[in-house]
Amino acid sequence: MTAILEMRGISKSFTGVKALRDVSFSVEKGEIHALCGENGAGKSTLMKVLSGVHPHGSYEGQILFEGVERQFRDINDSEALGIIIIHQELALIPLMSIAENIFLTRTPARLGVIDQGEVYARTRELLRKVGLTEAPDTLITNIGVGKQQLVEIAKALSKQVKLLILDEPTASLNENDSQALLDLLLEFKAQGISSILISHKLNEVSRVADRITVLRDGRTVDTMDCREGGVDEDRIIRKMVDRDLEHRYPTRENPQIGAPVFEVRDWVVHHPLHPDREMVKNVSMHVRRGEIVGIAGLMGAGRTEFAMSLFGRSYGTRIGGTATLHGKPLDLSSVPRAIDAGLAYVTEDRKALGLLLGEDIRKNVSLANLAGVSSRNVIDDINEMRVADRYRDRMRIRSHSIYQDTGKLSGGNQQKVVLSKWLFTDPEVLILDEPTRGIDVGAKYEIYCIIQELADQGKGVIVISSEMPELLGITDRIYVMNEGRFVGEFPAAEATQERIMRAIMQDAARGASGQPVPQQGKDARETAREGALTP
Amino acid sequence: MSDNTLSPATAPAADVAPPVPGKVAELADRAHMGFIKSHLRDYGLTLSLFAIMLFFELVTGGTLLRPLNLTNLVLQNSYIVIMALGMLLVIVSGHIDLSVGSVAGFVGAVAAVLMVQYHLDFVSASILCLILGGLIGAAQGYWIAYFGIPSFIVTLAGMLVFKGLALAILHGQSLGPFATTFQKLSSGFIPELLPNTGGHFFTSILLGVILALAMVALSIRGRLRQMSHKIDVEPVAFFAIKNLLLFAVITYFAVQIASHHGLPNVLIIMTILIVLYGFMTQRTVVGRQIYAVGGNVRAAKLSGIRTERLTFLTFVNMGALAALGGLVFAARLNTATPKAGQGFELEVIAACFIGGASAYGGVGKVAGVVVGALIIGVLNNGMSIMGVGIDYQQVLKGLVLLGAVCIDVYNQKR
Repeated sequence: MTAILEMRGISKSFTGVKALRDVSFSVEKGEIHALCGENGAGKSTLMKVLSGVHPHGSYEGQILFEGVERQFRDINDSEALGIIIIHQELALIPLMSIAENIFLTRTPARLGVIDQGEVYARTRELLRKVGLTEAPDTLITNIGVGKQQLVEIAKALSKQVKLLILDEPTASLNENDSQALLDLLLEFKAQGISSILISHKLNEVSRVADRITVLRDGRTVDTMDCREGGVDEDRIIRKMVDRDLEHRYPTRENPQIGAPVFEVRDWVVHHPLHPDREMVKNVSMHVRRGEIVGIAGLMGAGRTEFAMSLFGRSYGTRIGGTATLHGKPLDLSSVPRAIDAGLAYVTEDRKALGLLLGEDIRKNVSLANLAGVSSRNVIDDINEMRVADRYRDRMRIRSHSIYQDTGKLSGGNQQKVVLSKWLFTDPEVLILDEPTRGIDVGAKYEIYCIIQELADQGKGVIVISSEMPELLGITDRIYVMNEGRFVGEFPAAEATQERIMRAIMQDAARGASGQPVPQQGKDARETAREGALTP
Repeated sequence: MSDNTLSPATAPAADVAPPVPGKVAELADRAHMGFIKSHLRDYGLTLSLFAIMLFFELVTGGTLLRPLNLTNLVLQNSYIVIMALGMLLVIVSGHIDLSVGSVAGFVGAVAAVLMVQYHLDFVSASILCLILGGLIGAAQGYWIAYFGIPSFIVTLAGMLVFKGLALAILHGQSLGPFATTFQKLSSGFIPELLPNTGGHFFTSILLGVILALAMVALSIRGRLRQMSHKIDVEPVAFFAIKNLLLFAVITYFAVQIASHHGLPNVLIIMTILIVLYGFMTQRTVVGRQIYAVGGNVRAAKLSGIRTERLTFLTFVNMGALAALGGLVFAARLNTATPKAGQGFELEVIAACFIGGASAYGGVGKVAGVVVGALIIGVLNNGMSIMGVGIDYQQVLKGLVLLGAVCIDVYNQKR
């Protein structure tokens, strides 16, 4: 077989963080090549390098397509050669028809006037190829997510695709739609179209893939040939998670864990826009005094939705269940009440939801507790300045002064500002959502130290993270969440990445038998934002 | 939490370079430059105002700064300044209010009906009118804050509704004149309290000087307080020059205006409002929260700020100030006309943007807006004296607005 694609020695870094290190990756003609790895392993970055989203010159290494070295300046360059990427978040315009979406660019037209007949005829032909019977003028918003995915593929076919890249294509599909999509990939394979499949669903991967490449920490760990046999899910999982865990986390010395501080029972949350869809299903949990509890899970498992719904109903509708602090029921019906009750939530999206980027450190730190720096509703600016200075020193926020705009700080320092803001509200329970996302290793370590010290002071800390080693490294107990449910609970001492991954995969396999799967995390975050704007 | 329990985290690597002694002087220089740079906008705006005034003073052969004309300037622009204070809060919170002109006109009409037709005394009528303005603001703010309907649309609707209602209750005709007590709101001057001044208005002059001294005293006090807490302050030369100029300018204008008939009542109202809103925006919790809502509404909400209620209140406030603007304008014309208030919204919004407010919300200062309003006022006044037609006056004002915002955007990109 001949290789249609060869990527040699690809390295790529983002402002100091190495996302890819010397990755080599090849796809043969008419092959389905699966790309596996944890969140943040570098899969998406590698595909962005390939498709020209990260243009030539922004990375090191070589890309050979059909035997010729290519230097893509943007995504149009790669598309022109037949490399089509279908992203996790579908790029369809909801209020336009299927035909309009497929021919959004390269619209058949004469003198700028769209040739409607031609568009419809070609759309019908493409839809037939992907097994859809919808009329070409059906609006995207009126068809299900599974069919939307197929429309995306039809769109790819319209561009004479030679290499199709699918990023988590079945993540939001039910079993039947997933099967149909995978069958379609096999059919393409027979026609000589190569595919790269990125997926967390290892049962699907092992069903259709010819070869599997595992990425970890931006490196290629292994490429396994499924046709030779001996490749099973356990082997893939081991390759995905195996790594050196030493020295990346501060040691936790005899934690003083006391009585339960915060307890949640039978928590149920529904999607804000689709109120009959359950996003969090009967979750019960607790955190003890001085304890760090982790919530593990893949993106879109419902962890952020759970946390935000707890924090003053910032996400979701028809929220049910009870929450207690020291055994007393809590009123969490609005954010101010949740803060008064002793909760703090450090958001996963610090730029969009955590900071006033145009304001300085001082104003950000005091924002959630302005009463603490004012008397009779007048802000004491000297007091406010002292508070900000104190946190700047304690958190080691690197800035030239507290008057520096937070938008100009690095990710780690921004996160410390957000943490400062919440510590200044003096919470009893802190929920940290992806506290180290997009932060360099040194700053991560500092944040871990801060988390541990908070627990040592007797606070209950809940850490949501997609990085399993992080949870294993800093928490005392780990809940595992998948598709809105808690599907496992391990003391940190007994937990391993494989056990966590297996709990998720087993549940995913159960969930795959007919149940519709919740939307992706992105979707949840966006609807949460919409929810924050409208009651 | 007690404050000292959290010791600094021990990081494996620190990425701050230790300061090199030889570079200290250079750093201090840079700090000065940085200070000028970061305050360039504030100074620049004020300097532009002075430049424009100087230009018209020269071109009009000294007419602009005559006491009579200065008094006129105040009277002509008072309602714009008053409404611009409310508009600033609306714009800072990330919204816009297109209805203020119509609301001002409508409230003026209601005032005329109450006072001229029903002979209500001017105090009760004015209070009723201010409450009415607040209610109108509430009615619009309700849809904007709690239903998430874009303010542009709600207030565009309000603009049409209240313009129509003003026409309706006036039956398309002017209504007036008002009792002289009400006219005093706009055209009255503060009484002379000192005996035997022989035609000079020493009370007014004294008030002006006291105001100027108070401003300088406040600014010195602020600086001393900052220095005692080792906060970076602006270079001492700047500070001295700035305060000297401030004192000179306020005193000069107070004396000039006062030498006509004394200080106009409306100038006193305006000054009190400016001080009040300046304090509110800079120092109070509510003020801070409004800026936070405009800066990042989602982050503000997740920080426990009741964003909807705050948005609602800014519109209530805007309604009340639009009503006050309407009263002042009606008192000035001494009649309520169906056309009153037309185009006010544009001047008010322009004053905010020229004054440095950001169309994206979260940015803007009371002082800037006042200067912005004065720039427009001086342009209007100066060009009228010169005999420039209303046509080219508008062209020039449009260009000034565009230019001011372009300079802002350019500065931010640097």
